[in-house]
This record gives sequence, C-alpha cells and structure tokens, in this order.
Amino acid sequence: MLSTLHSPRSLSRFPLHLTSSVKPRAASASSLSDYPPSPPLPVAQSPGGAPASQILTIRRSLLSGSVTATQLAESYLSRLRLTEPQLNSFIHVSDSVLKSAQEIDDKIAKGGGEALGPLAGVMVGVKDNICTVDMPSTGGSRILENYRPPFDATAVKRLKEKGGIVVGKTNLDEFGMGSTTEGSGFQVTANPWDLGRVPGGSSGGSASAVSARQCVVSLGSDTGGSVRQPASFCGVVGLKPTYGRVSRFGLMAYASSLDVIGCLGTSVADVGIFLNAISGHDKFDATSSKQEVPDFESLFASINLLESKPLSGLKVGLIRETLDDGVDSGVKSAINAAVLHMQELGCIVNEVSLSSFSLGLPAYYILASSESSSNLSRYDGVRYGKQTVSDELNALYADSRASGFGPEVKMRILMGTYALSAGYYDAYYKRAQQVRTLIRESFKTALDSNDILISPAAPSVAYEMGEKKNDPLSMYAGDIMTVNVNLAGLPALVVPCGFVEGGPSGLPVGLQMIGAAFHEEKLLKIGHLFEQTLQGCRFVPPLVADDPTWE
Amino acid sequence: MASTLFRNVIQAQPLFLNSSALLRKMNGVLYCTMKSTSHSHTQTATEERQQQQQQKSPQKIKVPPQKQMNEVSRIGADYEAVIGIETHVQLSTLTKAFCSCPYSYGAQPNTCICPVCMGLPGALPVLNSKVIECAVKLALALNCRLSFSSKFDRKQYFYPDLPKGYQISQFDIPIATGGSIDLDLPLEFGGGHRRFGITRIHMEEDAGKLMHSGNGSYSQVDLNRAGVPLLEIVSEPDMRTGIEASEYAAELQRVVRYLGVSNGNMQEGSLRCDVNVSIRPIGQPEFGTKVEIKNLNSFSSINRAIDFEISRQVNLHSQGQQDSIVQETRLWEEGAQKTVTMRKKEGLADYRYFPEPDLPEVVLTKDYVDSVGKSLPELPEAKRRRYEEMGLSMQDVLFLANDIAVADFFDATIQKGADVKLAANWIMGDIAAYLKNEKLSIIDIKLVPHELAELIASIKSGTISGKIGKEILFELLAKGGTVKGLIEEKDLVQITDLGDIEKMVDKVIAENPKQLEQYRSGKTKLQGYFAGQVMKASKGKANPGILNKLLVEKLNAKV
Repeated sequence: MLSTLHSPRSLSRFPLHLTSSVKPRAASASSLSDYPPSPPLPVAQSPGGAPASQILTIRRSLLSGSVTATQLAESYLSRLRLTEPQLNSFIHVSDSVLKSAQEIDDKIAKGGGEALGPLAGVMVGVKDNICTVDMPSTGGSRILENYRPPFDATAVKRLKEKGGIVVGKTNLDEFGMGSTTEGSGFQVTANPWDLGRVPGGSSGGSASAVSARQCVVSLGSDTGGSVRQPASFCGVVGLKPTYGRVSRFGLMAYASSLDVIGCLGTSVADVGIFLNAISGHDKFDATSSKQEVPDFESLFASINLLESKPLSGLKVGLIRETLDDGVDSGVKSAINAAVLHMQELGCIVNEVSLSSFSLGLPAYYILASSESSSNLSRYDGVRYGKQTVSDELNALYADSRASGFGPEVKMRILMGTYALSAGYYDAYYKRAQQVRTLIRESFKTALDSNDILISPAAPSVAYEMGEKKNDPLSMYAGDIMTVNVNLAGLPALVVPCGFVEGGPSGLPVGLQMIGAAFHEEKLLKIGHLFEQTLQGCRFVPPLVADDPTWE
Repeated sequence: MASTLFRNVIQAQPLFLNSSALLRKMNGVLYCTMKSTSHSHTQTATEERQQQQQQKSPQKIKVPPQKQMNEVSRIGADYEAVIGIETHVQLSTLTKAFCSCPYSYGAQPNTCICPVCMGLPGALPVLNSKVIECAVKLALALNCRLSFSSKFDRKQYFYPDLPKGYQISQFDIPIATGGSIDLDLPLEFGGGHRRFGITRIHMEEDAGKLMHSGNGSYSQVDLNRAGVPLLEIVSEPDMRTGIEASEYAAELQRVVRYLGVSNGNMQEGSLRCDVNVSIRPIGQPEFGTKVEIKNLNSFSSINRAIDFEISRQVNLHSQGQQDSIVQETRLWEEGAQKTVTMRKKEGLADYRYFPEPDLPEVVLTKDYVDSVGKSLPELPEAKRRRYEEMGLSMQDVLFLANDIAVADFFDATIQKGADVKLAANWIMGDIAAYLKNEKLSIIDIKLVPHELAELIASIKSGTISGKIGKEILFELLAKGGTVKGLIEEKDLVQITDLGDIEKMVDKVIAENPKQLEQYRSGKTKLQGYFAGQVMKASKGKANPGILNKLLVEKLNAKV
C-alpha cells in the first residue's frame, strides 16, 4: 500500500517537452539541484522529489520502532526553534508536545501500537482562530489577547482523538480578514521561500509552518481563499473542503455562510488523511453535513501510477476568466505547463467560461463584510477579551472595540454595517445574494460537463511585505481566483505546480482544482496523481533545505 | 367591536366596584381560586381579578373625580381607541432554544449557561426541535397559516444582556401568520364574545438580565435567561378597551397553558405584553399616533394602563393638542397608576436584520403538522362552548375553563356520570375553598374525580345527607380513600327509616319536657333546638327532611 505513495516513477513517460515548457521557472531549477539529497527519517521525501505522505511514513516508523514519537517531536521542535525567529509562524507554541509524544510512546511500549490513531505522533499546527482548550486562542486579534476558550473546536477535538499533537497556534490576519498575514494583531509572518515576502493569508502561519516543516500538517480556515492562496504562496498543498464537510464549531466566525476549516500539508495524501480525521457531521454545527466521509487513504493506495494515462478521459475545464489580464505571466506559464502535464496524464482539458466570475469579488466582499459586522459584535469587552475602563456603557463598547480591533477589521465592520443598513440592504446584501445564486448555478453548469475545473490559486506569487498593505483594493483583487468557490460552497484543492523566478530559489505557484460539492475524493485522487508525476519540482523551501536539522 | 371610549370609561370603572360586591353576595366561591398546574405560585386571570377587587374595595384606586370623569366620557364618546399587543411567551422546553442548557427560573445567576448562550468565540447555535413543536402547536391553536419553509434572522443591537450582539429571531418569514383568538369577556365587564386577529407568531431567543447595584455605580449581567426560547405573538389592532386587551392576554395565557408550551406566568416574565395604543375620532379610518406601553406585569395593569393612556390621549386630542401625542415608549408606573415617557423614538431603530447563516431553513412537512395537530388538547374556547351547551351558566363556564387542571377534573367527574351542575358546584364551592386555604392545586389533592362523582351520586340517592357529604369530601380531599369505604367505616349511611327517626324524636321530646312546654306556649323557635337534639342523637345521620316533618307533627300534636 505504501509503495504507491512513494511514487514509483517512470520518468520516461514524461517527455522532455514538459520540462522545457516549464522554462520560466528554469531559474529555480538550478537552485533546486543544489538541494541536499532527501533526508532520511523522520521526514519522508521520495527520491524523485515527489512528496510522500509524511503521516503514513510516521505511522510506519512508529509501528516499526525505527523512531519514537518523542524523537519525532524533538526533531520538529528543534527545527521550529531554529526557524521560528525568522518566520514567526506561531503566536503560541504548546508546552505539552513532548508529554503528548511520550504518551504515544508509552502506548506503543505497552503493545498498543495497533490502537494508535491515524494521526498518532503527527505534529499539527492550528490556526489561532480555531479554539483550543489548553492554549490561548486569539484569532490574531488584540481584543482576544490571552483569551483561553473553555472548549476545543470539533476539528481539534477530532484530531487529538486520533493521536495528533497540536504544536501550537499559527498566525493569521486578524479574524481571517486579509491575504498577507500582515493584518495580525501580534506579528508578521515571513514566507519560508523568501523571508522578505508575505506567506499569503489569512492562514499564512499555517502555510509557512507546514512549508518550513515546523509541523506535518496544519488547520487553516478558508472564507475567501485563506487556505488556498497561502498554500500557493508557500508551495504546499491546501484543501478547502465543501462547505459543511468539516464542523465550524470552535472556529471564530468571520463570515458564517462562507467559512470552512481547511487542511494544509506537504502532500495530497497527508491532506486527504488529515481531512478524513476531522470531517463529518457534528451535532454542535447545524450547517455541518451528514454526508458520509470516504476513507481517502485507501484511495491513494489504489491509484496505479504505472498506468500510462491514469486520468484518461477525465474532463478538465480551465476557467478562461482566471487567465485574463491581471494575472502574472509567470503564473500563466506555470498553469499552462500544468495543463500540459494533465493532458499527459490523459485529461481532456477545455476552456470553460463562467460568465458571472468577475461578479464574485464584489459580491464576496459585501457578503463577507456584512456577516463579519454581525459576527464580531460579540467582541464587546463585556464578558471576555479586552475591556477598557469606562464610566458609561457606550464608551465601554466604543473604547474596547476601538483599541482591540485592527484597521482592516474596523474597515470591514464599517462596510458590512453599511451594506446591511436600512435603505441599502436591497442594493448591496440582497443583490450580492442574487449574484451568489448566479455563481452557484454557473459552477453547477460547468461541473455538469466537466469532472473538475482548474485555475491558478492566485493571480501572482508571494509578494513583498508591505507591498499591498496600504492598497486594500489591490489586496482584495488578489482573491479573485478563490472567492467564487466559497460563494458556491465547493471543495477546492491547491497543489504546487511550478515556480516563478524570484527570491533565493524561485517562488512557488499553486494550481487550483475545483470539484463538485462533496467530491473531495475526486480532487484528492487527481491531485495525488498530478503531484506524484510532476517532474523537476521539489517544494522544499531554502530555509529548510539549508537547515542541517532537516537531514 | 366598535365599542367606544364612552363605554369603556363609564362601564369599566364604576362596574368594577359594583360587580365585585354583587359577586361576593352571589357566590363567595368566586373569590376562592385554584392554583394553576404549575407548582410554583402562578396567577390566573380570574385569580388576579379577584385579588385586585379585594384590594380595591378598601383602598380605592385613584379614580378621576366624578366631574372630570363625566367630561372625559362625554368627549370620549367621540373617540375610539385602537389597541394591539405584542406578547412574548417563554417556552417551558427542557433546554434552551439553541443549546442544551436547562433553564430554571430563580437559579443562581450564571449557572444555566454554556459557551453557546454566553456567545463565546466559535460557539454555534443548534435549534431545539421542541421550539418548532411549540410554535406549531400555538399556531394551530390560534388558527394561523403555517409557513412550511421559514428561516431565522439576526436582529442586531448592542446591549450587555445580549451576548452575541444580535438576537436570533424571525423577521420577514415568520413561522405562522394570519390567525385569530376567541374569548368571552367576564360578566362583571358586561360579558360578550370577542374574536381578535393574530398577525403573526415567530420564534426567537430571550436575552439575559441586568442587575443594577443599589447605588447605581455598577451593573451585573446574568445570562441564565439568554437563549431561552420565546414565541412572539403579534395581534391585529383589533382591541378597543383595556378590558378587551387584558382578556386577550388572559386568553393567550389559557391557551399556552392548555397546550403546555409555557407556564404563562406573568410575574416570572414567562408571559410579557407590550401594548400599542392610539386613539382616533370615530369615523376616521386612519390610525392615530401609537404609543407603546411597557412594564405591564399583570392583566389588571394592562387594563388600567390602557384606560389611563386612552384618557390621556383623548384629553390631549380633544384640547387640540394632538401633536403632543408622539410615537414613544411609555412605562406603566404601578404606584402612581399612570404612564410616563420612557424614551421617544428618534426615527426607526435599524436592527440590520439579515438571514442567520448558522441555522438552516425551518422546513415543516404536512405529516409533521398533521401529527402535531392531532396531539392538541381541547382548547379553552371549545371547552367553554361545550360547557355552555351542557347548560352551565357563563359564570360557571368561565370558572371551570379557566384552568386546564380544573377543567380536566371537572370533565373526568362528569364522565363518571356525575350531575353536571352539582359537579360544578362542588368544584367551585367546597373544593375551591379548600384549595385556597391549603394553597394547593387541584392536581395536588387526594380526591379523585371518580370519588367526587360517587359522592354526588350518594347524596342524590339519599344514601348520605348533604352535610355528611361535606364531611366526607374534606376527608377525601385531605386523606383520600373511597366514598363507600368512608361511609362504611364511619357508619354514615343516612337514616331514612320513619320508625327509627320517630323513636329518636319521641325520645328527645320525652327528655325535654320543659322545652316542649315552652314550645307549645308559643316559643316555636325551639323547633331548631329539638331538631338539633335529634340530629345529635342520630349522629348526624337522620334524614333532615323526614326528621323535621316528624318533629313538627309531634311537637304540634294536640295532647
């Protein structure tokens, strides 16, 4: 079973023209070749550079006794200690990681190895807007500084039950509002590929932590692209599940009708196994689905990579509107190369047009702001969080919120309050809802005639810190590739597909694959095949590749 | 329905005092009431009215001086009041509307709370299906149209008792619309049947409570009540007088108690009424400027607050000061018996309603609605009509149908074959008096309907006397047991044998020669003395009719 995950490559199946078509990223190719050879355990990396499942490797190693959970944890923690001063991925690092690891080792020692959960010993980063009972959960906001929830989010509870070890709480744009993680109330996170660049956002901490191998997988949240865009910027795999697939209970709400908890990892298999662990109906979330959760793991095992055209006949729709002006040429080239690669795998790729695509961005910002203006009302300084001293009630509200919230959050509350106000509701909120219906229908039509749709995950690669900080509209525009998927509630997988020149060793580009509701299985299968057969790209950032502990 | 202020002012106030006197004379029982089905102290409409009458007689509420009153009623004849009521009914579900916290009134502050009803970050609401069941029950009971697909919305405002900064409510698509409620006005207010329209019923959650410190320097928040389910019932502006409005509220209380969806207790805040009052000259089709009155904690305060407000508005209007009637919220001050301005409305409050994204649509199926419909008990209006058809007086009908526990007891008694009128009299008389003295509810007593029927039958058949019947009744109320058992145990069968009674009469006459002499010399009052002696000799078992007949014969016998 594991062998298929170690990509038994048949290099000859992929002719050279594929490599040449990826010429724009040739600059990075040389630096890639400078990478030290793949390290031995604890981190799996298959010889050809295709990512293997770290989760399965860890499980196998623990069961065989070749490594202990404590050794694994120490290795991750030491790398974290080394890289964290440059990256600032975490707002809070757990002090009970080794204790949790020891418990797993004790269990194995007592012969309970068979009862280990599927995530046993797996280091997990959790975005700080997801509640954890044993650590502060701030949502990246000063208004919740030092706030400790009395409960674990359902996703956290489930991953812990399955043996996962929460390493810490990852940085984010305040309450998920932003695309760079510069909007955090606490710190700015750096992109492991280039420390002067942003990791994307809002799940920037989760993406950079996984990219830098500070943890194996991480939880993010995706309201308008907050898992997928940072995954693309940091060269990791990011999955935004179907709305309702993962319980939102314990996720600090930004825009309830759009929010989903998503997964980030270094391989599609890891993301699939992780998704399986946290998915399923939850009686604490009325919007969580009762759809059965497939066992994605067996899916990866059954894929035959030796087949010459494993995706033969698969219909792929390339969304025409996502390759318009405004998309970086390097990104376009990488996507074109990915298209060729998919064709090599047997896919029939056609362009499809989603007429309402461009309406998604304004509709998204109206709906998300409207819902957030309501969802953030609870941060009033009365029961928890930051409270300023005031003689009078309205001043208490005003001062607590004025000093607790950052500028981006304030702006969105103002926009949302405006959009919901009497006399404006019909022109904004209601119209945006109508647009949402149109978008949902156009996706449905496109997915009726295609198995999946593809697009870039973002119109650019990671940009410089501060570049868009004072230009919110340009930052918002960067969400064009992803927001429509949230409006339609569909699942989407982002897989690194190439590089663009920049930084010390190139900057990764992510390919977004969009599926029909609850068809994560199909996305994971295609994504896995794509990733395992992609040639010449190795998505390990220089920060890690240069790090001696990585070996 | 087109009753006018004239009628209201003239009839309501003076009749109040008269009627209470009248009632006291007619039937003392009416002052005795029963506790409702709830074990905590709750007050029914009838009970409250009676208390109020009792209080009123000695103290007297500040009634406007006669002269002024006449003037008001003269002007009042030209005006008509328009009254609508918004009622919040707190549902007695085991758990709150959107979380699994139990709620109990009077619990220590902040002991019935969880992350959901505290509005903690990341907490989500999940609808308690019992709330829908209660809403459907009430909607069917009030003859409403149900929305087979309705939704929840967020009503947004900041207040410390509102943990999320919004209340989950229903805005443009409530669960039910367009119904009606039927009621009978009490006889002391002139009686009569009324039907008032119901605009809508919607589901929502309650807020917490603020507790202000004595010196006002700080306030504390108790979130026990936050998230408790409410149904808001909005009436059509169909009421014209204070008594119509308070009886509307009382009938609503009866309905929710019959349905078992709420204890309907006003003092605990389980039933809260906000009243909208406006006046207009008779014949004017447009409504006048409406004023909302809050802080109405009893049916009588609804009645009095409205009548006060009508007088106030009519006074202003008749003096050409209609512009002084402004849209505002006024507070009823129980002590001063008047309404005072609480806040003026500065434009419409903008609650920025939008659909609650955390909750799916509420979808009802026809099967579900049908099954709820089948589970409904007989409702107060149907009960009253049935009692009326049985030949009971409206006085009796209103009393018996007021409390479902009493009505059930009565129904069970007559089902066992008891005479309808006699059963009503026993329940409204001695049983009600006992309940009042012992501060019990009819469900707490040991007497079962079957035995009351047996008791009534035993008296009717002459097995026991009415007097013995009463004794047995109190025994049954306090200790239980059966009528037959008690009669046998205490040897209480009535003596109807002429010979036996004659022997006792002869014996008493023979033992009291002095009294006999006095009697025969004209002191006929002594007949009572002889009767008492005979009854004593029979241990109370002699049939009084036979006894008296024989006694008179013997006493008056020519020697």
